[in-house]
Amino acid sequence: MLSTPALVLAMMLFSLGLVGLLSRRNILYMLLSLEIMLNAASLAFIAGGARWGQVDGEIMFLFILTLAAAEVSVALGIVLQLSYRFHTLDVDAFSEMKG
Amino acid sequence: METLFYIAAAVTVLATLRVITHVHAVHALLYLVVALIALALIFYLLGAQFAAALEIIIYGGAIMVLFIFVVMLLGPLAVEQERTWLTPGTWVGPGILALVLLGEVGYLIAVGDHLPVTVSEARQKGVSIALYGPYIIGVELASMLLLPGLIGAYHLGRRVSKESR
Repeated sequence: MLSTPALVLAMMLFSLGLVGLLSRRNILYMLLSLEIMLNAASLAFIAGGARWGQVDGEIMFLFILTLAAAEVSVALGIVLQLSYRFHTLDVDAFSEMKG
Repeated sequence: METLFYIAAAVTVLATLRVITHVHAVHALLYLVVALIALALIFYLLGAQFAAALEIIIYGGAIMVLFIFVVMLLGPLAVEQERTWLTPGTWVGPGILALVLLGEVGYLIAVGDHLPVTVSEARQKGVSIALYGPYIIGVELASMLLLPGLIGAYHLGRRVSKESR
Protein backbone atom coordinates (compact mmCIF):
# COMPACT_ATOMS: atom_id res chain seq x y z
CA MET A 1 0.00 0.00 0.00
CA LEU A 2 0.94 3.62 -0.48
CA SER A 3 0.07 4.81 3.01
CA THR A 4 3.52 4.55 4.55
CA PRO A 5 5.33 6.49 1.79
CA ALA A 6 2.47 9.00 1.87
CA LEU A 7 3.04 9.53 5.58
CA VAL A 8 6.77 9.94 4.96
CA LEU A 9 5.97 12.50 2.26
CA ALA A 10 3.64 14.32 4.65
CA MET A 11 6.44 14.45 7.21
CA MET A 12 8.88 15.82 4.62
CA LEU A 13 6.41 18.48 3.47
CA PHE A 14 5.64 19.49 7.04
CA SER A 15 9.36 19.81 7.81
CA LEU A 16 9.90 21.90 4.68
CA GLY A 17 7.04 24.19 5.68
CA LEU A 18 8.39 24.49 9.21
CA VAL A 19 11.88 25.33 7.92
CA GLY A 20 10.37 27.95 5.63
CA LEU A 21 8.31 29.42 8.48
CA LEU A 22 11.34 29.66 10.75
CA SER A 23 13.88 30.86 8.21
CA ARG A 24 11.96 33.42 6.16
CA ARG A 25 11.31 36.88 7.57
CA ASN A 26 8.87 37.97 4.85
CA ILE A 27 5.34 37.62 6.17
CA LEU A 28 4.00 36.52 2.78
CA TYR A 29 6.41 33.58 2.64
CA MET A 30 5.55 32.68 6.21
CA LEU A 31 1.91 32.43 5.12
CA LEU A 32 2.92 30.24 2.18
CA SER A 33 4.84 27.98 4.56
CA LEU A 34 1.75 27.75 6.76
CA GLU A 35 -0.21 26.61 3.70
CA ILE A 36 2.40 23.94 3.00
CA MET A 37 2.16 22.69 6.58
CA LEU A 38 -1.66 22.58 6.42
CA ASN A 39 -1.38 20.60 3.20
CA ALA A 40 1.02 18.14 4.81
CA ALA A 41 -1.44 17.64 7.65
CA SER A 42 -4.29 16.97 5.24
CA LEU A 43 -2.10 14.50 3.31
CA ALA A 44 -1.48 12.65 6.57
CA PHE A 45 -5.24 12.52 7.23
CA ILE A 46 -5.98 11.24 3.72
CA ALA A 47 -3.25 8.61 4.00
CA GLY A 48 -4.68 7.47 7.31
CA GLY A 49 -8.16 7.29 5.85
CA ALA A 50 -6.89 5.28 2.88
CA ARG A 51 -5.00 2.89 5.18
CA TRP A 52 -8.03 2.03 7.31
CA GLY A 53 -10.64 2.34 4.56
CA GLN A 54 -12.58 4.92 6.54
CA VAL A 55 -14.08 8.19 5.30
CA ASP A 56 -13.03 10.22 8.36
CA GLY A 57 -9.76 11.21 6.73
CA GLU A 58 -11.52 12.92 3.85
CA ILE A 59 -13.90 14.68 6.25
CA MET A 60 -10.97 16.06 8.22
CA PHE A 61 -9.52 17.21 4.89
CA LEU A 62 -12.74 19.16 4.23
CA PHE A 63 -12.47 20.84 7.65
CA ILE A 64 -8.80 21.68 7.07
CA LEU A 65 -9.76 23.20 3.72
CA THR A 66 -12.39 25.39 5.39
CA LEU A 67 -9.91 26.43 8.05
CA ALA A 68 -7.29 27.29 5.43
CA ALA A 69 -9.74 29.41 3.43
CA ALA A 70 -10.81 31.41 6.49
CA GLU A 71 -7.23 31.75 7.74
CA VAL A 72 -5.88 32.93 4.40
CA SER A 73 -8.57 35.56 3.88
CA VAL A 74 -8.02 37.11 7.31
CA ALA A 75 -4.23 36.79 7.17
CA LEU A 76 -4.00 38.42 3.75
CA GLY A 77 -6.12 41.31 5.03
CA ILE A 78 -3.63 41.70 7.88
CA VAL A 79 -0.74 41.60 5.38
CA LEU A 80 -2.36 44.39 3.34
CA GLN A 81 -2.90 46.55 6.43
CA LEU A 82 0.67 46.01 7.62
CA SER A 83 2.08 46.91 4.24
CA TYR A 84 -0.03 50.09 4.12
CA ARG A 85 1.05 51.20 7.59
CA PHE A 86 4.69 50.09 7.77
CA HIS A 87 5.58 49.97 4.05
CA THR A 88 7.46 46.73 4.57
CA LEU A 89 6.73 43.02 4.88
CA ASP A 90 9.52 42.31 7.36
CA VAL A 91 7.95 40.70 10.42
CA ASP A 92 10.73 42.02 12.66
CA ALA A 93 9.51 45.54 11.90
CA PHE A 94 6.08 44.82 13.40
CA SER A 95 7.29 44.89 16.98
CA GLU A 96 5.40 47.87 18.35
CA MET A 97 3.50 45.70 20.80
CA LYS A 98 6.29 44.78 23.18
CA GLY A 99 5.20 42.06 25.51
CA MET B 1 0.86 3.01 -9.52
CA GLU B 2 3.75 3.08 -7.06
CA THR B 3 5.90 4.69 -9.73
CA LEU B 4 3.25 7.33 -10.37
CA PHE B 5 3.11 8.06 -6.66
CA TYR B 6 6.87 8.43 -6.33
CA ILE B 7 7.12 10.72 -9.37
CA ALA B 8 4.32 12.93 -8.02
CA ALA B 9 5.96 12.93 -4.58
CA ALA B 10 9.28 14.02 -6.11
CA VAL B 11 7.52 16.82 -7.99
CA THR B 12 5.81 17.95 -4.78
CA VAL B 13 9.03 18.03 -2.76
CA LEU B 14 11.01 19.80 -5.50
CA ALA B 15 8.32 22.45 -6.00
CA THR B 16 7.98 22.97 -2.24
CA LEU B 17 11.74 23.39 -1.92
CA ARG B 18 11.63 26.07 -4.60
CA VAL B 19 8.73 27.78 -2.79
CA ILE B 20 10.64 28.25 0.44
CA THR B 21 13.91 29.23 -1.25
CA HIS B 22 12.67 31.65 -3.93
CA VAL B 23 12.99 35.40 -3.57
CA HIS B 24 10.28 36.47 -6.03
CA ALA B 25 6.81 36.07 -4.58
CA VAL B 26 5.13 35.42 -7.94
CA HIS B 27 7.65 32.69 -8.82
CA ALA B 28 7.15 31.06 -5.43
CA LEU B 29 3.38 31.12 -6.01
CA LEU B 30 3.82 29.42 -9.39
CA TYR B 31 5.81 26.64 -7.75
CA LEU B 32 3.25 26.35 -4.95
CA VAL B 33 0.45 25.86 -7.50
CA VAL B 34 2.47 23.03 -9.09
CA ALA B 35 3.05 21.49 -5.66
CA LEU B 36 -0.68 21.64 -4.88
CA ILE B 37 -1.62 19.99 -8.18
CA ALA B 38 0.94 17.22 -7.58
CA LEU B 39 -0.54 16.74 -4.12
CA ALA B 40 -3.99 16.46 -5.70
CA LEU B 41 -2.66 13.65 -7.90
CA ILE B 42 -1.35 11.91 -4.79
CA PHE B 43 -4.78 12.24 -3.17
CA TYR B 44 -6.28 10.62 -6.28
CA LEU B 45 -3.82 7.75 -6.10
CA LEU B 46 -4.71 7.26 -2.44
CA GLY B 47 -8.35 6.81 -3.46
CA ALA B 48 -9.71 10.19 -2.34
CA GLN B 49 -11.06 11.53 -5.62
CA PHE B 50 -13.33 14.15 -4.09
CA ALA B 51 -10.47 15.50 -2.01
CA ALA B 52 -8.30 15.66 -5.14
CA ALA B 53 -10.91 17.73 -6.98
CA LEU B 54 -11.34 20.05 -3.99
CA GLU B 55 -7.58 20.45 -3.68
CA ILE B 56 -7.33 21.70 -7.25
CA ILE B 57 -10.48 23.88 -7.20
CA ILE B 58 -10.16 25.50 -3.78
CA TYR B 59 -6.43 25.40 -3.01
CA GLY B 60 -4.98 25.66 -6.50
CA GLY B 61 -7.75 27.95 -7.68
CA ALA B 62 -9.29 30.13 -5.00
CA ILE B 63 -6.59 30.41 -2.35
CA MET B 64 -3.75 30.90 -4.82
CA VAL B 65 -5.75 33.59 -6.63
CA LEU B 66 -6.14 35.36 -3.28
CA PHE B 67 -2.38 35.25 -2.79
CA ILE B 68 -1.72 36.54 -6.30
CA PHE B 69 -4.20 39.41 -5.81
CA VAL B 70 -2.43 40.43 -2.62
CA VAL B 71 1.01 40.25 -4.24
CA MET B 72 -0.29 42.47 -7.02
CA LEU B 73 -1.84 44.90 -4.49
CA LEU B 74 1.27 45.11 -2.35
CA GLY B 75 3.63 47.02 -4.54
CA PRO B 76 3.22 49.49 -7.33
CA LEU B 77 4.01 47.39 -10.36
CA ALA B 78 6.84 49.05 -12.16
CA VAL B 79 7.24 48.11 -15.81
CA GLU B 80 10.81 47.01 -15.16
CA GLN B 81 9.69 44.67 -12.40
CA GLU B 82 6.96 43.30 -14.62
CA ARG B 83 9.54 42.62 -17.30
CA THR B 84 11.76 40.68 -14.91
CA TRP B 85 8.75 38.65 -13.76
CA LEU B 86 7.72 37.66 -17.25
CA THR B 87 11.03 36.31 -18.55
CA PRO B 88 10.68 32.91 -20.23
CA GLY B 89 13.10 31.48 -17.70
CA THR B 90 10.45 31.98 -15.04
CA TRP B 91 8.15 29.47 -16.61
CA VAL B 92 10.71 26.76 -17.35
CA GLY B 93 10.87 25.23 -13.89
CA PRO B 94 7.13 25.10 -13.09
CA GLY B 95 6.45 24.19 -16.73
CA ILE B 96 8.70 21.13 -16.62
CA LEU B 97 7.23 19.98 -13.31
CA ALA B 98 3.68 20.50 -14.63
CA LEU B 99 4.56 18.56 -17.81
CA VAL B 100 5.64 15.60 -15.68
CA LEU B 101 2.27 15.74 -13.93
CA LEU B 102 0.46 16.04 -17.25
CA GLY B 103 2.25 12.90 -18.46
CA GLU B 104 1.13 11.06 -15.34
CA VAL B 105 -2.50 12.14 -15.78
CA GLY B 106 -2.37 11.16 -19.45
CA TYR B 107 -1.07 7.75 -18.43
CA LEU B 108 -3.85 7.37 -15.86
CA ILE B 109 -6.48 8.30 -18.46
CA ALA B 110 -4.97 5.97 -21.08
CA VAL B 111 -4.77 3.00 -18.71
CA GLY B 112 -8.24 3.70 -17.37
CA ASP B 113 -10.04 0.89 -15.63
CA HIS B 114 -7.09 -1.47 -15.43
CA LEU B 115 -5.75 0.41 -12.43
CA PRO B 116 -7.06 -0.53 -9.01
CA VAL B 117 -7.98 3.15 -8.60
CA THR B 118 -11.52 3.73 -9.80
CA VAL B 119 -14.12 6.18 -8.67
CA SER B 120 -15.93 4.33 -5.94
CA GLU B 121 -19.44 5.63 -5.57
CA ALA B 122 -19.98 3.98 -2.21
CA ARG B 123 -17.03 5.84 -0.73
CA GLN B 124 -18.28 9.26 -1.81
CA LYS B 125 -21.69 8.38 -0.44
CA GLY B 126 -20.07 7.39 2.83
CA VAL B 127 -18.30 10.74 3.02
CA SER B 128 -21.58 12.62 2.58
CA ILE B 129 -23.48 10.48 5.08
CA ALA B 130 -20.76 10.80 7.70
CA LEU B 131 -20.43 14.55 7.09
CA TYR B 132 -24.10 15.20 7.76
CA GLY B 133 -24.42 12.45 10.35
CA PRO B 134 -21.88 12.19 13.16
CA TYR B 135 -19.88 15.20 11.94
CA ILE B 136 -22.79 17.65 11.71
CA ILE B 137 -21.43 19.65 14.65
CA GLY B 138 -18.20 20.10 12.69
CA VAL B 139 -20.13 21.50 9.74
CA GLU B 140 -21.88 23.97 12.06
CA LEU B 141 -18.56 24.96 13.59
CA ALA B 142 -17.11 25.46 10.10
CA SER B 143 -19.93 27.86 9.27
CA MET B 144 -19.31 29.68 12.54
CA LEU B 145 -15.65 29.96 11.51
CA LEU B 146 -16.36 31.18 7.98
CA LEU B 147 -18.69 34.02 8.97
CA PRO B 148 -16.17 35.74 11.31
CA GLY B 149 -13.57 35.05 8.62
CA LEU B 150 -15.68 36.93 6.09
CA ILE B 151 -16.35 39.86 8.42
CA GLY B 152 -12.73 40.00 9.55
CA ALA B 153 -11.43 39.97 5.98
CA TYR B 154 -13.86 42.76 5.05
CA HIS B 155 -12.85 44.83 8.05
CA LEU B 156 -9.12 44.35 7.56
CA GLY B 157 -9.23 44.73 3.80
CA ARG B 158 -10.38 48.34 3.81
CA ARG B 159 -7.74 50.83 2.87
CA VAL B 160 -7.53 53.21 5.84
CA SER B 161 -7.53 56.79 4.64
CA LYS B 162 -5.22 59.33 6.22
CA GLU B 163 -7.90 61.55 7.77
CA SER B 164 -9.96 58.80 9.38
CA ARG B 165 -6.99 57.31 11.23
